[in-house]
Amino acid sequence: MNAATLHRKNVKMMRHGIAKVLLYTFLIAFGIFMVYPLLWVIGASFKPNDEIFKSINIFPSKVVLDSYVKGWQGTGQYTFGTFLINSFKLVIPVIIFTIVSSTMVAYGFARFNFPLKKPLFGIMIATLMLPDSVTLIPRYILFNRFGWVDSYLPFIVPALFASHSFFIFMMVQFLRGLPRELEESATIDGCNSLQTLIKIVVPLCKPAIISMSIFQFIWTWNDFLNPLIYINSVDKYTVALGLRMSIDGTSVIHWNQIMAMTVIAMLPSIIIFFLAQKYFVEGVATTGLKG
Amino acid sequence: MKYYRSKNYIGLLYISPWIAGFLLFKLYPFVMSFIYSFTEFSILDKSVFTGLDNYIYMFTKDKLFFPALKATLAYVLMTVPMKISFALFVAMLLNMKLRSINIFRTAYYLPSIFGGSVAVSVLWRFLFMKEGIVNKFLGFFGIKSIDWLGNPDVALFTVSLLAVWQFGSSMVIFLAGLKQIPNELYEAAIVDGASRMRKFFSITLPMISPVMFFNLVMQTINAFQEFTGPYVITGGGPMNATYVYSILVYDNAFRYFRMGYSSALSWVLFLLIMVFTALLFKSSSYWTYYEDGGK
Repeated sequence: MNAATLHRKNVKMMRHGIAKVLLYTFLIAFGIFMVYPLLWVIGASFKPNDEIFKSINIFPSKVVLDSYVKGWQGTGQYTFGTFLINSFKLVIPVIIFTIVSSTMVAYGFARFNFPLKKPLFGIMIATLMLPDSVTLIPRYILFNRFGWVDSYLPFIVPALFASHSFFIFMMVQFLRGLPRELEESATIDGCNSLQTLIKIVVPLCKPAIISMSIFQFIWTWNDFLNPLIYINSVDKYTVALGLRMSIDGTSVIHWNQIMAMTVIAMLPSIIIFFLAQKYFVEGVATTGLKG
Repeated sequence: MKYYRSKNYIGLLYISPWIAGFLLFKLYPFVMSFIYSFTEFSILDKSVFTGLDNYIYMFTKDKLFFPALKATLAYVLMTVPMKISFALFVAMLLNMKLRSINIFRTAYYLPSIFGGSVAVSVLWRFLFMKEGIVNKFLGFFGIKSIDWLGNPDVALFTVSLLAVWQFGSSMVIFLAGLKQIPNELYEAAIVDGASRMRKFFSITLPMISPVMFFNLVMQTINAFQEFTGPYVITGGGPMNATYVYSILVYDNAFRYFRMGYSSALSWVLFLLIMVFTALLFKSSSYWTYYEDGGK
């Protein structure tokens, strides 16, 4: 190798190195830019009220916990704790029923042949694209007739009937990727289809079930329009409604309290995200959920 | 295989919850909203058939209908292209076989987990207040304070930035699509001396086009129905600049209890979404590429 080619090689490597450094710099800067608003609101929730808009600094000059104490108490007779408990009362049954119903339905679609299977599956896929807004009003009228308004039933009962086609689709995709040998041998051993589902299929579907629970948690927890429509009394308010009430109710003076409650409203999603990141990304990637 | 065929109706039994749910919570409301759209109906009274009155009122008398339509279209046309091109760009950067890509992916995905929540909308309000930190930040570059939320020309853009910030799920879908492109294609292109641009337009874009199509359809359908952001950040204002269609439907149904009229409104939105989706589907045969030569 003569000196000229060696030199050219070095230049090429250097250029490659510089490109890498530039790329990493960009990715890091962009990452900070993306996460900054979240870090800022967390920092701001610990700042004294008059310091919040003084600088773009994340860290407070002195940590104040008063925002959390007062924000938690709120202005009315209900604390933020009530709203948190309410949200869990709504979200947990929705998740459990979604898992049970969607897994069952997906099992039916993925493992059995029955009359009209193809058109029914087609309809299921089509409802993925059906805008919620077009069914919103009659559904409200229907639930109003049932006397379900101002309760969590408008959320829980649809979950019982596998109304979230996304999750059925996701499970069907997952089941199609699973080998059937285990199920077939279970049948030979005398299991009926329900026993096979519970003993063989469900344990194998654990990753998909975890993804499903995470997404259902995030969506239901963050949902605002449906609670806004269905829940009227403050003692049944979810976190979303409680937070919305606190920005309406308090004057602009108590910024740090509102920020503290914003952080609390976000916290469950953040915890779940970091605990189960893998399932998040896989869930989105395999089915293209809206996230 | 025999086993599955012999138990013909058991499958139906398994999917029966979904069938019931579909009939009761999807099909019935869908049909009923069409019927209600020809009536005058507050939940308290009986509905009265009024023919096309709701639709005529909408297009001739409702002063908020066209502003809402305009705001929604502008919102969709701003949000969807920005979000998708952003998501693709970042996904391509992350696809360059770097170390610690997981950390970046996590950071970029994080804002998306809050979806259309109140919390994130409240945060947006604080960030973009006149004395908020976005203006503080711009001040470092000598840019004068912008009235992000109070200026009717800017407010909708501010609101749509929130959706763009949450490009994470589109990014992850793109990333999965990019991983599937066989490396041989790029290797062959390098042998042929193709430029970076050429590789992008002749390999990446065609290969990713089905994923792009999927993202476009889903994001468009969602953007048309955006509610929480504009409702919480700006409350539809200033001067109805962010008064998107969903707020119009919500106000008519749940503030004025005009269930018939708001059903008509929601059907117009539905048709609009269908037209957009149909256009995307129609056009897709020109720009999406399937390796097996289409469906």
